[in-house]
Amino acid sequence: MKPPPFDYCSPSTVEEVVDLLGRHGADARILAGGQSLVPLMNLRLMRPGVLIDLNRCRELDYIEHRGDELAFGPMVRQIKAAQSPLVRQHCPLVAQALSWAGPVAVRSRATVGGTLAHADRVAELPAAALALDATMVIQGPRGRREVPAQAFFLGDLTTAVEPDEFLREIRFPVAAPGARSHFCEVSVRQEGVAVVGVAMHLDMVGDRIAKAAVVAMGVDAIPQRLMQVEQALQARALDAQTAELASRCAFDQVDPATDPYASAGYRRHVVAQLVGRALHSIAAQESLYEQ
Amino acid sequence: MSNEMITVALTVNGQPMSAQAEPRMLLADFIRHRLRLTGTHVGCAHGACGACTVQVEGEPARSCLMFAVQADGCAIETVESLADDDSLSPLQEEFRNHHALQCGFCTPGMLMSAHALLSRKRDPSEAEIRREIAGNLCRCTGYNNIVKAIQATARRLQADPELKP
Repeated sequence: MKPPPFDYCSPSTVEEVVDLLGRHGADARILAGGQSLVPLMNLRLMRPGVLIDLNRCRELDYIEHRGDELAFGPMVRQIKAAQSPLVRQHCPLVAQALSWAGPVAVRSRATVGGTLAHADRVAELPAAALALDATMVIQGPRGRREVPAQAFFLGDLTTAVEPDEFLREIRFPVAAPGARSHFCEVSVRQEGVAVVGVAMHLDMVGDRIAKAAVVAMGVDAIPQRLMQVEQALQARALDAQTAELASRCAFDQVDPATDPYASAGYRRHVVAQLVGRALHSIAAQESLYEQ
Repeated sequence: MSNEMITVALTVNGQPMSAQAEPRMLLADFIRHRLRLTGTHVGCAHGACGACTVQVEGEPARSCLMFAVQADGCAIETVESLADDDSLSPLQEEFRNHHALQCGFCTPGMLMSAHALLSRKRDPSEAEIRREIAGNLCRCTGYNNIVKAIQATARRLQADPELKP
């Protein structure tokens, strides 16, 4: 199937982007990597009248270390973010999550901002953003505003970005010394669309978990913080009993629905397993980027 | 800026080319219909099958998920870039030797993915090969002969450091 006609704009500056959004608003969609939007257009599930292509906006492609944060422009390609030494060192969960985001040809074009703004319920980076309490910077004709990750994802393909705004920058806190993280997911095919996944970030004091962030992906329309798991992990050591406890907590806390891709029982069982596996992986101190 | 024909001028397999396209024309269709390079195939038209894989600015890309107008001023490589006039590339030869294609529909995308891998890493493990082609669906072969063909090419690359995949 082919997409229906649309007007195409290719701005080179943020100022132009904001101006175009102001003029076209709800009739326009931002085109970033296109790996989520264009399939929907080709299947005629989305029919924007205007496409605002950000690919010529060089000023939106950056990764900057600013004190205790890593700031990403929205147009950073996922493969570049996953391989960046800055990201691997300071926000390893971001690199880990993105390495699951699809095959090479998709990750070469897909962007950090695009996957967050698109907010597919089984996209990896939203789960990592929630686990890390990322800050989303949104910009439009009324100026800039900041929204924390926990208030950004609102529902299926729905975020706090208004029709005449775009996701301008994403800031992640830099990992504390000794912090460990892990991302894993289950999909129907290797490098394919996920069914469920888990993003985990642990701040450690010695060999004890000081603070845990555990997010389940694919059990709800938006990524879900598993608060009970996080509480259960507090002050515990990274051992088999902890993994077992966390796994059971996750099983009890999630309440997925059955859909054409997987049953509720499957999702619940697999998420619980992944929580346990994530802890085992972290405890075994495997390479953080191994799949 | 409106939905009218736009001239797209780009470099394709080292040659400058240009043609007109509506904004909605996919790069895959532009390559096939405007540039008459029909090696690139359109399988699913939504990025899942990989048959449309080309290289854009040296990186693999799904040409069914790009609009032709986005490629203005870019350098792209299609499967037609692999063979050297009349002789097949080592990778293509090994695909033939190992019966790595039956209907051939997925083959251009498989070749482009394999070529990208071998250009980056001349001695990939089987796991690395399978991961690299995981985005390319094949309904005929069961993948094993494709993997063997890529491994055979890697062995040839090991034996001859000057050889290009």
